[in-house]
Amino acid sequence: MHAIDDIDRRIIVATQAGLPLTARPYHAIAAQVGVAPEEVMARVRRMQAAGIIRRIGAVPNHYAVGFRANGMAVWDVDDERVDELGEEIGVLPFISHCYRRRRVLPRWRYNLFTMVHGRSRAEVEDKVRRIAGLLGNAVRAHDILYSVRILKKTGLRLAKR
Amino acid sequence: MDDIDRMIVNLLQTGFPVCELPYREAAQTLGITEDDLIARISRMLDEGVLTRFGPLFQAEQLGGAFTLAAISVPEADFERTAAIVNAMPEVAHNYERDHELNMWFVLATETAGGMARAKERIERDTGYPVIDMPKTREYFVGLKFEV
Repeated sequence: MHAIDDIDRRIIVATQAGLPLTARPYHAIAAQVGVAPEEVMARVRRMQAAGIIRRIGAVPNHYAVGFRANGMAVWDVDDERVDELGEEIGVLPFISHCYRRRRVLPRWRYNLFTMVHGRSRAEVEDKVRRIAGLLGNAVRAHDILYSVRILKKTGLRLAKR
Repeated sequence: MDDIDRMIVNLLQTGFPVCELPYREAAQTLGITEDDLIARISRMLDEGVLTRFGPLFQAEQLGGAFTLAAISVPEADFERTAAIVNAMPEVAHNYERDHELNMWFVLATETAGGMARAKERIERDTGYPVIDMPKTREYFVGLKFEV
């Protein structure tokens, strides 16, 4: 965890709905926050280096760009081996997110989550079989939960102070 | 979407410059004008091709609390429940999934206490128990769609 100060926080609040669509977006943020543009750019770069900002860029709507099948493949993996295997499969090009999460027994047995995207369910299932092959006998069970509908997608929102 | 839109979506998933004229710099890479790039991003946001354009934050690094949670909702009650869940500012994303646990949402709050209150409120207002699956380790995050 990295400390952010009040100015960082104001930059986050000013950009969390999106970067201004004007020629000098960092200058527009600077005017809103009340600091120099150079300071905004320096702070944005610092937050990128610290991992507070993962990246600046576009998030496409999966469906709109042709990825109609979006599966959350979940795996019940031996706790002793899940970290090693998570790192290994996380590098596969078709996995966009790979996490370990807490099990909630008896309701939810799966501890490894991978988001797999494809143009069809058959394509997702093919990719999931490749993951299963890599996980091998460390897997006790797995399932694929396809997204049916995006109900909300706004991302992180910090409240103004 | 035309070919230029596709080039823009692919390029802008990899990053965006931090400089005085970042749209001009990105537009030069794409071989289009700055005004055209800004107009196309704006249109793709309006059309819903892009859900966001800007900095993507890693919530955990800000010291907040973050979890993935799910509830199981009967079909007849789904829309009422979705409206309750979506109205909460703590809910960053919400997806319908084809599983017995059919509503999956990300909760992001600034404090651990705020997280507990958000979960309690969802349970009270919807009437369904929340299955809470916080992340304990991140192996990879790198959303990229070649379009």
